[in-house]
Amino acid sequence: MTTSTMDVELAVPEAYWTRARKTGAVMIVLGLLATILFGALASSENARFALGENVSGAGFDIPGTAGAILFGLVALAAGAALLVTGKHFGVLTGVALMGFIISALCWQMSVSPVSHIMPLGFIAAATFTAAIPLIFGSLGGVLCERSGVVNVAIEGQLLTGAFFGALFGTLTGSFWLGLLAAAIGGALLSAILAVFAIKYLVDQVVVGIVLNVFAGGLTAFFYEQVMRPDTDAYNFPGKVPSWPIPGLVDIPIIGPALFNGNIFSYGSLIAVAVITIALFRTRWGLRTRAVGEHPAAADTVGIRVLGLRYANVLIAGLVAGFGGAYFSMLSTTGFSKYMVSGAGFIALAAMIFGRWHPVGAFFASLFFGFFGALTGFLTSISSPIPSQFLSMLPYVATIFAVAGLVGRVRAPAADGKPYVKG
Amino acid sequence: MNVLYGLLQPDSGEILVDGAPVRIKGPGDAIKVGIGMVHQHFMLVPVFSVAENIMLGAEPAHGGFIDHGKAVKLVREVSQRYGLPLNPDAIIEDLPIGIQQRVEIVKALTRDVDLLILDEPTAVLTPQETDELLEVMRGLKAAGKSIVFITHKLREVKAVADRITVIRRGRTVGTAEPTAPESELAELMVGRSVVLEVPKEAAVPGEPVLEIAGLVVADDREHRAVDGVDLVVRAGEVLGIAGVQGNGQTELVESIMGLRPARAGSVHLSGKPITTWHTREVLRAGVGYVPEDRSVDGLVKEFSVAENLVLDLYDLPPFGGRFALDLDAIEAQAEQKIAEFDVRTQSPHQPVGALSGGNQQKVIVAREMSTPLKLLIASQPTRGVDVGSIEFIHSRIVAERDRGAAVLVVSSELDEVVALADRVAVMYRGRVLAVVSPDTPRETLGLLMAGIDPSSSSHTPGTPASGEQDTQGEGMSEHGEAAS
Repeated sequence: MTTSTMDVELAVPEAYWTRARKTGAVMIVLGLLATILFGALASSENARFALGENVSGAGFDIPGTAGAILFGLVALAAGAALLVTGKHFGVLTGVALMGFIISALCWQMSVSPVSHIMPLGFIAAATFTAAIPLIFGSLGGVLCERSGVVNVAIEGQLLTGAFFGALFGTLTGSFWLGLLAAAIGGALLSAILAVFAIKYLVDQVVVGIVLNVFAGGLTAFFYEQVMRPDTDAYNFPGKVPSWPIPGLVDIPIIGPALFNGNIFSYGSLIAVAVITIALFRTRWGLRTRAVGEHPAAADTVGIRVLGLRYANVLIAGLVAGFGGAYFSMLSTTGFSKYMVSGAGFIALAAMIFGRWHPVGAFFASLFFGFFGALTGFLTSISSPIPSQFLSMLPYVATIFAVAGLVGRVRAPAADGKPYVKG
Repeated sequence: MNVLYGLLQPDSGEILVDGAPVRIKGPGDAIKVGIGMVHQHFMLVPVFSVAENIMLGAEPAHGGFIDHGKAVKLVREVSQRYGLPLNPDAIIEDLPIGIQQRVEIVKALTRDVDLLILDEPTAVLTPQETDELLEVMRGLKAAGKSIVFITHKLREVKAVADRITVIRRGRTVGTAEPTAPESELAELMVGRSVVLEVPKEAAVPGEPVLEIAGLVVADDREHRAVDGVDLVVRAGEVLGIAGVQGNGQTELVESIMGLRPARAGSVHLSGKPITTWHTREVLRAGVGYVPEDRSVDGLVKEFSVAENLVLDLYDLPPFGGRFALDLDAIEAQAEQKIAEFDVRTQSPHQPVGALSGGNQQKVIVAREMSTPLKLLIASQPTRGVDVGSIEFIHSRIVAERDRGAAVLVVSSELDEVVALADRVAVMYRGRVLAVVSPDTPRETLGLLMAGIDPSSSSHTPGTPASGEQDTQGEGMSEHGEAAS
């Protein structure tokens, strides 16, 4: 009874159609579509990519038709390479996707009646801004799920944070106290998740969904009853101070995105760094991951499994609640009903896409943020594609990302499984 | 042992360490009083490195930050001191089982334990790995550690133990010196307290019904659980399979039933190959199946007695038509079966989970015997069942035999196998060591169950028990191991 007993009969030949090859085939189709369709639809006008935050200033021009065909071919070539070799999955998929997107942009911009110029600095800034709540939300997910508790309640945590931030920020007249209240609000909702999931062993996905509905209803109720009648007294939180970093702001393309920030943008970067280090370098992190992978093993060396899970779910609530304040204190001033509108679920997808790793979740959030920014841009240049279709883009991207592109993802082994001794 | 390590709490009684009573509320307490344990199912995080697993719970750290270098050093130190080489940075799931066990042992040793509990450590090891482990245990003993070594295998205890205690059904049944003959130990292990008597005539075997040839089945971990089994069960006879649990019986039965794919070999039912058949086809071909764990496989506990009685017949007339179930027919069936099999239930509508174990088992037996059977497979047919129900179920099984069905009974209770069977096959490590008469002396059966074939030329273990198979994949075979 050993490890290497069945190898003779049980060896299964590796299938030709690996994930990389399948993806390659899809990319070839996309490349063909771009080359032929986008190439035919594009006009000979130049598409101009400006490096700064606005349409003036340095940049480079790509002729519409030629660009659409050229980048379509790039996508095609990358897809073909992936299909033939079945290797370099990440790089080739990235190149193919970029080729496809640039090809589409050449078409769209060259035929736009409004503007043929895309300000890359603006796009980068919009990408990051759209990604901020996703980063906080997905970090909340990572903290929770690494300890073995499924967190579907990110949406509710963000929404509670947004509500608490606006309400207490206004009541106390202090932006900072509002932020603190937002974090606590998220943690309060998390506490309910923790008790039901850890103590009462209720199905964690069900609890999460119920909490989302609960948070939506409760905040909407108080919004109607308290905030709306007297906005100045209850729903007018302070302004977010902006902290540009001199010098670095002027870096082309990424400067405005990263270095003209505020507590949320800098905070999200710091949170990613801190949580990554904490998870993989500290005693707490090692124990958290052990509890999420094999709670019985952790228990047998004297680690308090349930206590650690409680702590992590609460910390996850703090992080997500803090990020929720973004909605009511940065992107708009004041709370409104259901204002998170699905970002929590995209954050959940970002966590999975990012393979339950803080850094992965960060880049996945940027990926989704980029699609958000692209939608905004295409709408602004009066793209012939209906805006409803465009606003579907991030969600379509989500489905592809979670279903196909991620491939063999391994969640923490004990994720969603309550731990009962014995 | 789980009580000793604090995973379970005792209902009564006390534990003394160095003469002083201790209360062990959790594994943390156990470690504090110097008790370490290597669990049968390893308590290792598969995606962690060796060092991470070993330091878990007692991490060397500065201000919360783990000192990885120090952990690695500790692993090296301990593994060198006890002669258990390990690569601290290897990931657990990439390591062979034997090395994983070494990690478990080193993990316990780094905690400075005085008493080490090894819970069936050799169950998962190859003979070579087992020999290495026994050597390690001798080394630990020399280093002053006490060891509690739990095993089913006589050869192993005799090789390393200083004292032997035999436990059966939660009781200490005896102690022995390692010099005691194996037959004495085997007798203690299998017991001969209760002699079950099942009144039955001599069997009149007919045509072969179930024919198994060269069957190989993998367990969930892709190990060779059934390792080339050949068996024939004839109409009108009961073939009993005896053996310590976990020697491939479960996988063998599951494979016959189409619940687990055969990796090699064939299964024929009345001459027809059924090796790749779906479970439903096997059942419909006239096979009755009493699964070993009724709460998992045999019943839907929330369903009523009546529903459970037609669980595999609901879509056949008279119970199910094209669109709807015939509830009256189902109820009539339930009334009849409850009376016939003496199922003690308040009504056919009571959830089956509310019944006693014996009555639940009777529901399964009643259902499986409600169609004319060619073959009845009963796995642990009376586990957790009261004495009255045991007699009843046994008599029904014999009645099926007398009606002309072939019967395969699998039980880890030797008494049950001997009482029911016309022929007894003893399984050990996925193989049928021997097929013998139920009148064979208990000592002989006990030795067979422990993997020793007393009929072979010498009494040393490692003598080939059956014809040598081709030996691909070293270490998969019990044969040829050297008792050092």
